[in-house]
Amino acid sequence: MGRYVLRRLLQLIPVFLGTTFLIYALVWAIPQDPFSGKCGQRPCDPAYIAEMSQKLNLNDPLLIQYFKYLGNLIVGDFGTTFNGVSVGEQIATSWPITLKMGIIALIIEAIIGITAGILTGLRKQGFLDNLVLVSTLFLISLPVFVTGFVLRLYLGPQGFDIMDTSVSSDPTVGELILPGFVLGSLSMAYVARLTRSSIVENRRSDYVRTAIAKGQPQTRVVGIHLLRNSLIPVITFLGTDLGSLMGGAIVTEGVFNINGIGGLIFRGIQEKEGVMVTGIVTLLVLVYLLASLLVDLLYAVLDPRIRYE
Amino acid sequence: MTQPLLEVEDLHVEFRTRDGVAKVLNGVSYHVSAGETLAVLGESGSGKSVTAQTIMGILDMPPAFITKGTIKFRGEDLLTKSADERREVRGEGIAMIFQDALSALNPVFTVGFQIEEQLKVRRGMSKADARKRAIELLDQVKIPNAKGRVADYPHQFSGGMRQRAMIAMSLALDPELLIADEPTTALDVTVQAQIMDLLAEIQKERDMGMILITHDLGVVADVADRISVMYAGRIVEHADVYELFRAPGHPYTESLLESLPRLDLKGQELKTIKGLPPSLTNIPPGCPFNPRCPRAFDRCVTEVPAVHNLGMGRTSRCHIAEEVVARG
Repeated sequence: MGRYVLRRLLQLIPVFLGTTFLIYALVWAIPQDPFSGKCGQRPCDPAYIAEMSQKLNLNDPLLIQYFKYLGNLIVGDFGTTFNGVSVGEQIATSWPITLKMGIIALIIEAIIGITAGILTGLRKQGFLDNLVLVSTLFLISLPVFVTGFVLRLYLGPQGFDIMDTSVSSDPTVGELILPGFVLGSLSMAYVARLTRSSIVENRRSDYVRTAIAKGQPQTRVVGIHLLRNSLIPVITFLGTDLGSLMGGAIVTEGVFNINGIGGLIFRGIQEKEGVMVTGIVTLLVLVYLLASLLVDLLYAVLDPRIRYE
Repeated sequence: MTQPLLEVEDLHVEFRTRDGVAKVLNGVSYHVSAGETLAVLGESGSGKSVTAQTIMGILDMPPAFITKGTIKFRGEDLLTKSADERREVRGEGIAMIFQDALSALNPVFTVGFQIEEQLKVRRGMSKADARKRAIELLDQVKIPNAKGRVADYPHQFSGGMRQRAMIAMSLALDPELLIADEPTTALDVTVQAQIMDLLAEIQKERDMGMILITHDLGVVADVADRISVMYAGRIVEHADVYELFRAPGHPYTESLLESLPRLDLKGQELKTIKGLPPSLTNIPPGCPFNPRCPRAFDRCVTEVPAVHNLGMGRTSRCHIAEEVVARG
């Protein structure tokens, strides 16, 4: 196991280099003047251009630029934007908000998705089963920004006034529940369906029959024997989903006006702040890679038949 | 004679599916006493496993429906009991072991956990006591180094050891009756013999009743006291094991015995039973074996044979049972 972890960690290095280089190249190798529109209507001051070019290593070839950037990154320096704001500081303030929302989304999708999946998996072809199948299909087919706008509008003061849908600049957990629900809604539908099919598949299995034949109470047959096996694919899905949720936050944060990573990256793209974009995407890549490593390791813990080495 | 441990009387089970109604059991009757081994012999689909599952109460209902019959365990009809009362009987009164121990044991729990679970949940034993008892049980089924293996997962055991672990699990609550559903079919021949010996030994030691479901005549001859031969959801012949091998009382049993490979007939073509067992959604009228029976005559097509009593607890569902036995 230890050797496997080490090997997987080493594998992260080329993947990390490859993806970050790609992002860097996509942002900085575009055949466009990076200073266009940066100084209002007028062209930029040559002294400013010279200083920024020096700072961003724009006079070097792309590969050298990239490695210089990477070198700074490793010592924790994310660089500054064109108007001198530290990207690292920006990330530090908005990162916790997105992370909080992502975790809320993950918890919501796990609780609602798994519960719905279990209930429908055990009672196939009933009213509840059809209800869940139709509602999950509905969620899956709706884009997140539609779900977000609709919920925000109808639950908020302009709609049925059920709750305050606005989110402050330093949001509390309560304020993030609705955005979290919206962010996790798509995956929630997948989790429900995955759990359902996994339960349906396993409930006729031989070991469930054995547990019944042993005279174990129904609650244990389902709660211990059936669930422990059926939730393996669901938990691995949830693990990888944490990474996707961070990326998905861009839309949700836009809809709810949240000052998170998503909003930051969106503004970065709009204002052509290359340093901002590369910094944040690099961070997201890292989160995704670590999440999938965690899932692989978790898999071996959940299913003793999986052996590394 | 004392009252048998288990008495199955005229059991009818059908499976109602979209493709029609499959009459899987059409009046099965047998009984087992304590300390006795009954072998239930038959081809795939003859209903031997369904009978066992009906006794255990682990049949999927629906699609299965019990339309008629009684299953008396210690004189009480199980079919009239509540679901909870039936659950109490499982494991404690009647235990069952299955064909493929790899899929029948839960892959994500250790063998020890699966044995201890019975002791903890059903007997209220403490964790430490349950572990101690689990090791004892594994020892009883002759798993070497039981103490070291109790925390292993099913996939870490070999086929034979896995089946032993399964037997240990079934013995956890000291059942009075053990149903073994083709316990050796998934194993290779040498291991088969070891498992059968183990079962026979345990049965004797504990004075348990045992129902051994199999399609292997060789297995039967070694271990069983009596044999019930099943065909198309009925017991077609029922006899003491020596009597049955000496002189089969039903043409189906006769054909089964003839299809065994024999050393003295080396080089000759192996005899087989022509045709296929009948489709259970469409059982032929008369005797269900008549399309394949070498002795069939016109009455076999029109009339279901009644149970012929051949003396000494021996029965046969054949119009000419007496004649078949006499010929030997």
